[in-house]
Amino acid sequence: MVATLAFWLLAAITVMGALSVLFFRDLFRAAIGLIFSFMGVAGLYILLSADFLAAAQVLIYVGAIAVLLIFGIMLTRESHRGNPSNRMAIPGLIATAALFAAMAFVVTSTRWNISAQAPREPTTDALAAALFTTYVLPFELASVLLLVAIIGAIVLVKE
Amino acid sequence: MQIGLEHFLVLSAGLFCLGLWGALTKRNVIAILMCVEIMFNAVNIAMVAFSRYIVPALLTGQVFAIFIITVAAAEVALGLGILLALYRSRETVDTAHIDLMKG
Repeated sequence: MVATLAFWLLAAITVMGALSVLFFRDLFRAAIGLIFSFMGVAGLYILLSADFLAAAQVLIYVGAIAVLLIFGIMLTRESHRGNPSNRMAIPGLIATAALFAAMAFVVTSTRWNISAQAPREPTTDALAAALFTTYVLPFELASVLLLVAIIGAIVLVKE
Repeated sequence: MQIGLEHFLVLSAGLFCLGLWGALTKRNVIAILMCVEIMFNAVNIAMVAFSRYIVPALLTGQVFAIFIITVAAAEVALGLGILLALYRSRETVDTAHIDLMKG
């Protein structure tokens, strides 16, 4: 019962945050809405018993990505122009609504092979073991990717 | 009504479509980046929900989600780098005026 209530509350926060990004004219308010959306997603991870991922979500999305986006808004000084849409707003709405209808139909009509097993808690040690044994190559590739991104960002922003 | 996999997947699909609509129609590049982040989050919700309900002992979906978060962090850092370089040379972040490659 509590889980049901928590799900609907967190889903509402997440979707409202996303809608605020789409409809607020002020980009700063849109960014604040985006932070609420990220926090809602972190709550959903806790509901799905993914404790490490919830902490990572708060640290990386709310702590780093949102701040980076707000820096971007401040450095470009275009907030007086608001948050306009291009000519494709209505066709885009129709296309994405059709995509959503198709995905919702597929999701609800598929018979999922739900496991009755209890979820693993806490997940941190199991995730670490998986990352450093089975997924060690993608893990190393991810660190190389981050290094490339750091160097690329420095080169791009340098005069 | 018990909350199940379908609830999370429909929420994920809805969030993804909201992000997609914004990414397709917004004119400010920062708004587009924000919408792409919403799409990443939607995919992560689906991954973690699959992990929780289909293979609860393996955590495969959560490992995927960690890699997606890594790629998202790299993407937003590079995206803002490109944005600032563009703003310095063109004085705008409006996609209607960023038409260097237009024939």
